[in-house]
Amino acid sequence: MTIAETGRRGDDRWAGRGQPPPGHYGPIQLIASEWTKLRTVRSTIWTLVVTVAAVIGIGALATAVTAAHWRSGGIADHIGFDPTARSLAGLFLGQISIGVLGVLTMSAEYSTGTIRSTLAAAPNRPLVLACKALVFGAVALVTSEVITFAAFLLGQDLLKGTTPYASLGQPGVLRAVAGAGLVLTVVGLFALALATIIRHTAGAIAAYVGVMLVLPLILQAFPVSFQHGVIKFLPLVIAENMTATRPAVTDFGGAVLFSPWVGFLILCCYTLALLAIGATVLTRRDA
Amino acid sequence: MAGRHLSRRRQRAHDLDSERVLIEVEDLTKNYGSTVAVDHLSFDVRPGMVTGFLGPNGSGKSTTMRMILGLDRPDGGHVTVAGRRYGDLPWPLREVGGLLEAKSVHPGRTAYNHLLALAQTNGISRARIAEVLELVGLTGVARKRAGTFSLGMGQRLGIAAALLGDPGVLLFDEPVNGLDPEGIRWVRLLLKHLASEGRTVLVSSHLMSEMAVTADHVVVIGKGRLIAQATIGDFLGASSNSHVKVRSPQSDALAAVIVSSGGKIARMGDGALEVSGLSAADIGDLAATRGYALHELSPQTASLEEAFMELTDESVEYRGARSGES
Repeated sequence: MTIAETGRRGDDRWAGRGQPPPGHYGPIQLIASEWTKLRTVRSTIWTLVVTVAAVIGIGALATAVTAAHWRSGGIADHIGFDPTARSLAGLFLGQISIGVLGVLTMSAEYSTGTIRSTLAAAPNRPLVLACKALVFGAVALVTSEVITFAAFLLGQDLLKGTTPYASLGQPGVLRAVAGAGLVLTVVGLFALALATIIRHTAGAIAAYVGVMLVLPLILQAFPVSFQHGVIKFLPLVIAENMTATRPAVTDFGGAVLFSPWVGFLILCCYTLALLAIGATVLTRRDA
Repeated sequence: MAGRHLSRRRQRAHDLDSERVLIEVEDLTKNYGSTVAVDHLSFDVRPGMVTGFLGPNGSGKSTTMRMILGLDRPDGGHVTVAGRRYGDLPWPLREVGGLLEAKSVHPGRTAYNHLLALAQTNGISRARIAEVLELVGLTGVARKRAGTFSLGMGQRLGIAAALLGDPGVLLFDEPVNGLDPEGIRWVRLLLKHLASEGRTVLVSSHLMSEMAVTADHVVVIGKGRLIAQATIGDFLGASSNSHVKVRSPQSDALAAVIVSSGGKIARMGDGALEVSGLSAADIGDLAATRGYALHELSPQTASLEEAFMELTDESVEYRGARSGES
């Protein structure tokens, strides 16, 4: 087919072009587009596969090994044993892989240059970011909840008969398991927001890992009395507290932490604040 | 026949639209730190013709085009497209299509999915995706990852993306860069065809010779400043010895027609005609209406290159040390 053939009706078509649809582009169009973008690159599949494997696999491994060693192990293995936390042992790695997906969802737009076609198609930049975050958040939430419940149920099944085990009806257990999925989702969005601000994949992943994992280590160089004041604000501490059935006081040398839901709310505030900063710089900067 | 039909259609497009300004650049300024990339630039782009946007590398063409597409924020002045600020367009891709110089495709995504994600933002149908893939000749590789594409195929995909919304305004930044001769010819034909449909076509290039065969109108800039804005005819006319080289098996008959239409003829030793006073388009139309075959129709643009170099000489940002100047 030549150009002339395909464009034969072009003159009339353009001169009397059919009216475009009423209204203007908006969330419905952008959400559909962001969903297409997310599902059509391999990195999405791979980071999700790693997240699933990390959370379910490590949880299963940790509970299976616990059950195998329970009788030969000493009292040190038994004291403070939390079957829920043991089955969610893969959460730590899961937070990293979901964070990588959050970063890539945004930073790939910059590394590949698609940010320009994205923003030329939809110049309302905060709306673009909101729709991207919404689509990523929905995918992350569904995936995370499915895998944290799967990890919990599989883990308890492996423990059953040998060690104490948990059920969703026990105090704090449902909150810890569902909370684990919520935490994964929110830290993924946290990473997406960082990538919006930093715009480089490696830089954003470094910043994310730094805030999540390295900050608690740095804090150890400070006086204990100082640590106690600030440790409850760390994302990692909030995440651990939300996903434990008992307050994780002993892990942090007696520091008083926020209640799980208050901590989670604070984590949400961090993420919203970063997204707001992201929307602002995205609007101000040249694409 | 075809030629006459095209020119009539073109004429109609002119009658309808030539008074309308589809891209209006006014006093546009852009700084990068202390470097002035675009310096109080003003020009208009009208529909129904190809407007060439000329300037040496680094003269601010790409920056200007990005500002037209709302991607870069001007430090001063403003741009309107189809009478509006870009950000106020209700369905941007249905009004304006852009091909930017830098690639903007995810290498891991297929051509089809790349276009699908774009189409969805502006509520464009899947049928239209198939249409533009057909138009640029990528239907067969639509399900291949864009990362496997050659430069030429990547360029075609970019053009498909620009045409997706069937927009009335089209911007192409150096569309023939890196293309083989066949690809270059294809782009030229496409640009002219789009303009003949009454669309507004702005195409940037640093090659005068390219614009001489494609553009109807030129905007020349250097160091971010406007140097000239003229029809290609005026631009050609500014150079006294510009001419078109014509070969035809019916060269005597054609020569008579050309002379009667106001052209001047010089015969060259090898049987070619050197025509001045008529554009290549005029001669092509004349030959087509009489049914004469043309074996060559080439505007001789050496003088244009010179005019261009002269115009932009002082505005070239970076140049190597000139020999003989020590």
